[in-house]
Amino acid sequence: MSQTILFTIGSITILGFLAAAILYFIASKFKVYEDPKIDEVEDALPSTNCGGCGHPGCRAFAEACVKADDLSDLHCPVGGNETMQNVANILGMEVEERDPYIAVVRCSGSFEYREKVNIYDGSPNCTVAHSLYGGDTGCQYGCLGFGECVDACDFEAMYMDEKTGLPVVIEDKCTACNACVTACPRDIMELRPKGRKNRRIYVSCINQDKGGAAKKACEVACTGCSKCESECKYDAITIENYLAYIDAEKCKLCRKCAPVCKSNSILEINFPPRKEREEKPEREKRERPSINSSPVATASALENEAEVDVIEMVKKRSEDKSNEENSENKAES
Amino acid sequence: MALVINNVKTFPMGGVHPAEHKLTAGKPIETLAVPSQVSIPISQHIGAPAKPIVEQREKVKIGQVIATSSGFVSSNIHATIAGTVAKIDKVMDSTGYKRDAIIIKAGNDEQEWDESINLSIDLVKEIKLDREGIIKKVAEAGIVGLGGATFPSHVKLSVPKGKKADCLIINGVECEPYLTADHRLMLEKGPEIIVGARILMKALDVEKAIIGIENNKPDAIEIMAELVTDEPGISVQPLKVQYPQGGEKQLIKAALNREVPSGGLPIDVGVVVHNVGTAFAVYEAVQKNKPLIERVVTITGKDVKNPSNFLVRIGTPVNDLVEAAGGIPENTGKVISGGPMMGKALNSLDIPVAKGTSGILLIPNEEAKRGKVRVCIRCSKCIDVCPMGLEPYLLMTLTQKEFFDRVEEDKVLDCIECGSCSFTCPSNRPLLDYIRLGKKTVASLIRERNN
Repeated sequence: MSQTILFTIGSITILGFLAAAILYFIASKFKVYEDPKIDEVEDALPSTNCGGCGHPGCRAFAEACVKADDLSDLHCPVGGNETMQNVANILGMEVEERDPYIAVVRCSGSFEYREKVNIYDGSPNCTVAHSLYGGDTGCQYGCLGFGECVDACDFEAMYMDEKTGLPVVIEDKCTACNACVTACPRDIMELRPKGRKNRRIYVSCINQDKGGAAKKACEVACTGCSKCESECKYDAITIENYLAYIDAEKCKLCRKCAPVCKSNSILEINFPPRKEREEKPEREKRERPSINSSPVATASALENEAEVDVIEMVKKRSEDKSNEENSENKAES
Repeated sequence: MALVINNVKTFPMGGVHPAEHKLTAGKPIETLAVPSQVSIPISQHIGAPAKPIVEQREKVKIGQVIATSSGFVSSNIHATIAGTVAKIDKVMDSTGYKRDAIIIKAGNDEQEWDESINLSIDLVKEIKLDREGIIKKVAEAGIVGLGGATFPSHVKLSVPKGKKADCLIINGVECEPYLTADHRLMLEKGPEIIVGARILMKALDVEKAIIGIENNKPDAIEIMAELVTDEPGISVQPLKVQYPQGGEKQLIKAALNREVPSGGLPIDVGVVVHNVGTAFAVYEAVQKNKPLIERVVTITGKDVKNPSNFLVRIGTPVNDLVEAAGGIPENTGKVISGGPMMGKALNSLDIPVAKGTSGILLIPNEEAKRGKVRVCIRCSKCIDVCPMGLEPYLLMTLTQKEFFDRVEEDKVLDCIECGSCSFTCPSNRPLLDYIRLGKKTVASLIRERNN
């Protein structure tokens, strides 16, 4: 008995050494030289393999960095300036600081502002719905609300807000990897500079219908009235196809455009509240649910009365729905 | 005595047999009152949208060209009522999107036709035009495939160099449940369809034509068979009822036992297929100089008071049809443009009738909803019914997982989008939705690769 065991151990050990010798021989004979810097650079990268840099994974990006003559075309949006500085140090190159970017949702058509005109019961998938028709509201440009952008996000930086039916970007988690931008079939997501002190202004709408039609479909749609365009001193706002667009490069965050917008399509993120005297009575705006991308701000906005109304509305809506379903089930049985 | 139909053929692979519900088969075609306003979309066909050539407040006559074809694969658009151009604006059409359309308000004289159009109803048998002349006339008249695919007909007639057609198939299959537009057209306009087929044969330079009709329309088979007795070269082929026999590839396989190769066109096996509606439109265009301004539309549904076949001017709002058929039933859950298998749900009743609108279906609530989606149970029913021999369950999963290289390898581009798989699936899986998505993505990937 013990002899068999000893024999087995002995033979396996010998086999093991033999295999090791062969493997060692092969490994040294067919060795592929790889720049050790690639490993170093890869270690410095966030290893998320998100593809935000335009390369298929961090390893490929590291190879591209090592091969490149200068790093001006290469940027890891997830790691940001700090990571790129580390990479540059490893490679002994210079790198310019870049402004950090963030994804923004360019649609504010929540349930409250955008009435449903039909019921969609096809596959709950944005791309499928988009290829079938304009959507269950009157706006054929706006968010379809099935959250393909949320599914595409590798960083858990997005969620669907049940109150509004719109996706929300969590500011601290978003790495501007571009995944949501490519996922959205309607081109609603856009990468914009995070802005000074994280403050930014953008038009949260992409409706290209004429003013009347846009307004009819959604209360907060940009009508292309060009009031903001004439208000802007820095030529940052352009109107094309009845839709305003703020060029983040030119925008000086002066906040002049937002108050003149009658449909409240221009969103101001992370600004301190406006002083009372700035608000003229005729320009008094309706309270709108904060589509502020910071989770903290969303939480604080919950205390807002208007917000609570929305919640109740949604609650009621879902109750109605479940009642309907129940009655249907009964009918079926 | 019941007609005995011999030599019934069908395609061998896949297919389903949905309940027929041909409620309007016995209803003669009625001409719908000319509407006071029409919105004529400039993109009613496959290919580039037409370019509008009229301006606001311009007076137009019936049959006048209002938008011209903007490429080879494109089509002319004509005014369908006499009046003035109110505006060119974005209008919701059957794609579910607002797209450019020319809106015409009727003038005082309803009957103001373009002078060149022959309005007599006499049958003109003699074909004066030559091959090029016919193709040019078909293109000018804005004729597109009226079976629903709306592919410009002159493109199909222009056989590419190096290829030769030897047979024309006239598609009178109408395999979609509910629809009877082609059926009624064959019963009422048989002689014109035969002349239309003759014209198409001349344009294609072929000696043989087959009219394929499913044997759930014995009256049409009888009438057409009688009409072709003294027409050498043209024959009627009865077909066993099987969906999607109206698909070009299935019809060719059924009638001639020829198989169109994967990725190929019918012309690769020497065949060109045209719908009976198209043949009639070709007759009117070539013999009467009348462009495509109206078509037969079936409006039907289980609870519709007066389901009918109407001859409708293109651009008439769907609502007018619904009103003419006795209004919208209370329990309507869905309105479909086209047949129940391949048609599209409409999201408004203001949508205009376009060249490809073969029917309007008002589906009651209980049938309108999709069932609850459950997991795939690997029963392989979808594979059994796929007329193209694909594996729908696999294509759906691969598309969901975004393995588009494998989706391409598995020939997603051969899918004819007939919907037999989704119809059959016992788990109510939205197979076609995802296959269509995969098809679209693969097509754009291939385009990217070639550029």
